[in-house]
Parts: sequence; structure tokens; C-alpha cells
Amino acid sequence: MRAARLFYALACLFALCAPLFGIYPMFMMKLLCFAMFACAFNLLLGFSGMLSFGHAAFFGSAAYATAWLATAHGWGTVPAILAGVAVSAALGWVIGVIAIRRRGIYFAMVTLALSQLVYFICLEAPFTGGENGLQDVPRGSLFGALSLKSDVVMYYVVLALFIAVFVLIRRIVHSPFGQVLKAIRENEPRAISLGYDINRYKLLAFVLSSTLSGLAGSLKTLVLGFTTLSDVLQANSGEVILMTLLGGSGTFFGPVIGAALVITLQEYLSDLVGGWVTVIIGAIFVACVLTFRRGVVGELAAAVASMTGRQKEKNRLESPNLP
Amino acid sequence: MTHVLGIPVAVILGQLVLGLVNGAFYAMLSLGLAVIFGLMGVVNFAHGAFYTLGAFAALLGLQWFGINYWAALVLAPLAVGILGIGCERLFLRHVYKLEPLYGLLLTFGLALVVEGTLREFFGSSGRSYPVPAALQGVMNLGFMILPIYRAWVILASLFICAGTWYLIERTRLGATLRAATENAPLLQAFGVNVPLLVAMTYGGGVALAALAGVLAAPVIVVTPYMGNSLVTVVFAVVVIGGMGSIFGSVVSGLTLGIIEGFTKVIYPEASNIVVFVIMALVLILRPAGLFGKE
Repeated sequence: MRAARLFYALACLFALCAPLFGIYPMFMMKLLCFAMFACAFNLLLGFSGMLSFGHAAFFGSAAYATAWLATAHGWGTVPAILAGVAVSAALGWVIGVIAIRRRGIYFAMVTLALSQLVYFICLEAPFTGGENGLQDVPRGSLFGALSLKSDVVMYYVVLALFIAVFVLIRRIVHSPFGQVLKAIRENEPRAISLGYDINRYKLLAFVLSSTLSGLAGSLKTLVLGFTTLSDVLQANSGEVILMTLLGGSGTFFGPVIGAALVITLQEYLSDLVGGWVTVIIGAIFVACVLTFRRGVVGELAAAVASMTGRQKEKNRLESPNLP
Repeated sequence: MTHVLGIPVAVILGQLVLGLVNGAFYAMLSLGLAVIFGLMGVVNFAHGAFYTLGAFAALLGLQWFGINYWAALVLAPLAVGILGIGCERLFLRHVYKLEPLYGLLLTFGLALVVEGTLREFFGSSGRSYPVPAALQGVMNLGFMILPIYRAWVILASLFICAGTWYLIERTRLGATLRAATENAPLLQAFGVNVPLLVAMTYGGGVALAALAGVLAAPVIVVTPYMGNSLVTVVFAVVVIGGMGSIFGSVVSGLTLGIIEGFTKVIYPEASNIVVFVIMALVLILRPAGLFGKE
């Protein structure tokens, strides 16, 4: 555990100093937004054992709501973000109520289909700008005091929010509620027989995950200044799955590593290979499923555990984290 | 009686035929998905990609080698089926022992590879495939004009679905297949080569998708994305109908196609989403699906 603390301290230090090293704040902000998205997704996949194939719906709906309120209605930054998060929470509740009626692969297919519904609404609704999306979203200021125009200021705001979400997710997972989720993931009939109303727990986990995904979407809109259909696209749902799986689902830091890898890949490889990025992403998916299902962090933790011979820890990591 | 609810009957019937054509594709794809899922426990996300490959195989066969439509109806599914068997041997067989979700993720990755490769080689713009000479033109039925090719697609796919049903329910091969679905290790102990059977089934399932792709090529715009948008709808069809029965997937495929067609007449804006809305309603009212056993 001491090693983990040291690691987090170093990671925080790196994140705080990143702009000084000359890493583009825009790149770091995009990375943090997607890392937040992946962490929120991991709350559902890794810690509750539900694979949603439609998380882009929450990310995208919050992004659209924030962009629309900030541009067409001139809402301030904080209310626009809060409204976006509220939209994704409400949508999470509606989709969650329907989707948790089925489990496993059917759950995945239902979430995929419902997110496609959201996509068509975003495509055809009169206020979403159709194929163009919503452009020129102003960043505004925090409570009218702190202007967010500067990339560096915005970066620290995004970083603070990301750390808050990260800590919140840790807190949720370690809470009694999180333990019940784990029990449901491991053995649903047993959780039922112990008297837990599992649908209530699953729904709450789904809503929490979609709400935090929405926050990531709203922030991404403000960072980049636009929202397009690619935010609600199925490909976006696929990417967040890949980030989580690649980094290690069911580990706290895995999704962050996964997001960093995927975003870096997209930013740098797309210059080199153009459209082949899709093919590479698909190939990574295949490789990930076939060879390292625990993800980078999961495999590392397992290797460390087997080296130090801590059998208990090893056993815990032995089972991959899908339901 | 030329108008119903202020809409000309000919328009309604025209959309009905279009809906049936779409429904035929839904039926053929969900049929393949159901057979693959039944035997392998894998939800084949790449099904749409194989459908796209079928259409591209027909298109490129015509452009490069002058292979006509009728030959393509046989050759394209054959080629795609062999490719499917290769995928099964190389990748899919490693995930049977794992949770079903890994199969979904693996085939999603395969779908991305196929889609991306097609897009890089052939671009995103749509291409069209000519309607074969023998099926050009229209039939005047008196109350409506029926394009011959559409009638052919509906009849052909009904025939294919019936044939698949016969193969699985009434032949010795089908009996073996059903036995493998029921208890594969036991069947293997009886001396049946189950891994071969599984590979052939996957090949057969994706060949069915490719056949749907060839049938679709002359009526739709052929793009690398055509399968991706279809597979999501087919998933919804499968959730509605349940993956338990062949009959269920065919009936729900055709019915949803027809409903979609009618929605185009009554409220065109909703035609893209009507299947998903129906899926949500079915899940609320009857969570196990209409024909499901879960």
C-alpha cells in the first residue's frame, strides 16, 4: 500500500508539473477528460460487472446539453456543466431502468441499441446542429471570477475535477455500497438470497457511472470548444471500453493508463498512418482479449504479486473482472 | 379506396415492400447470429462486417473479374465463409471458455479491423451495384407497381430462411448441431469432431450474412459502414425476439421491417428509431423478449 501511495504522489506531481515540461495543456486536458470517462465507465464494468456498450450516450448528451446552453442561451460555465451532468444523470436513469432488466451480453446489446437511439436524436433534433454539431462553445469563467480562457488555468481546473472524481470513485468502491456491488458482480443469486434488492444497487451504480461520464463529456466540450456527433457515436462507446480493458478493468488506475495510451495513439499515429488508426484500435482490441485480459495495470499487479509471493493478492487478481 | 388516413394506398404498399426487404435482411442476419450464439455462446459483433464483406465481394468480383450476380450469390458467401472459418480458428476458439462478453469484445475488434481496412482501400463514398438484367424492371399489379428485384429479395430470403430451418431441424447434420448446442463434451465423446462442427457453423453463419450482403448490394448504397449501422438494429431485433428460436428471429425480423416501413409513411423522422423504441417497450413489458426463454 505504501508503494501505491508513493505512485499516486508521483502521478499527482507529474500532472501538476506537466505544463512546465512543455506537454501541451490541450493534449493533457483531452487525456484527463477521457481518463475521467474511462474511470466512470470502470465503476460499472470493473466494479459492478456490467458491460455497457452505450456509454457514449451519456458522455455525448451532457456534452450537447452544456454546449447548447452555453452557446444558444448564454449560460455561465458552472450552470452549463451542472445542467449537462443533470441531463446525463436523468438519461442514465431512464436507460438504466430499461437495461438492467437483462444481464450479460443482452445488457450490452440493449445499451448499444438505446445509445443508437440517442445518436439519432442528436442527429435529427433541431438544436444539435446536425452533422456539424455545436461550434464555438465559450469556456466562460468560474463564478465570474476566474477566466478559463487560458489553457493553463483550464488545465488545472480539469485536473482538480479529475482528482475529485478519482477519489470519489475510490470512496464509492470501498463503501458498503461498493461491497454490495462487488457481491452482485461475483455471485448475483447469492446477493439476492442475502436479501439485497440488487436492481436498486445496479441502477444506482449505472446512474453514478453515467453521471460521471456526463461530467467528462461536459468538460471535454468546454476544453475543445465544440461538440460533434462523434461524441455520441458507437465508436466512442467502443473506445472507452478499450481504454478500460487495456489499462485494466477493476483496477483504479488502469483506465487512466488505458486512456493515456489510446489518446496518445490517436494523436500521434493519425499523423503517421491516417485512417489506419481504426484498424490498429481493432487489432489492439483483439490482442487485448486474447492475451492480456487483466490489462496493463492488472498484469503488472499480478506479476508483482507473484514475485513477492503474496498468494492472497494473487488469488484476488486471478479472476478477470468481467461478470 | 385509394387513400387510407389521407395516404395513397400505393405509397403504403410501396413502403410495405421496402419494409419487407429490410425485414428480410434483419431476419437473415439475426438467424445467423442466433445459430452462432446457440452453438458457441458468442454474440458475433462482426456479423455486420461480414455482411459488408459480402456486398464488397460481389462488387469487386464484378469490377475486377467480371463475375456476374448469379455467380456472386454463390462465390461471395463461399469466400466470406472461408474467411470466417479462418477467424474462428485463429481468434474465436480461444474465447469459448471465457465469459461471453469477451467474445463480443473480440468480434467488435474484428469488425473495426474489417471496416477500417475497407475504408482505407475503397474510401467512404458509396458505390452502387447494378441490378442483374433478368431482375430489372417492374411488375404492374394493378393496385401498385412492384420492382421485380425487391420481390426477388423477399422471396429469396424467405427461401433461405426456410432452408436454414429445414437444415437445422430436419436433417442429420442439424440434429448433430443441436446436440452440440445441448452438450458438446458428450457429443465429442461419441466421436463427433465438435471443433470442426463449430468452425463450420461459424463459417455458415457468416456466409449467411454475406449472402444477405450480396442480395442487398443492388438495392442499397454499398459503403464500408453499411454493416455497422445494420448490426445495431439487428441486435435490437434479437433482444426483442430472443435468440432461442429460429422461428422467433425470422418472424421478429420481418415484422420489425414492416413496422419500420409503415413508420416511414406515417412519421418519417421516427423511422430510424422505431425499432429501438419497440425494444425498450418490450423490455419494460416482457423483459425476456417475445420468444425468449431466459
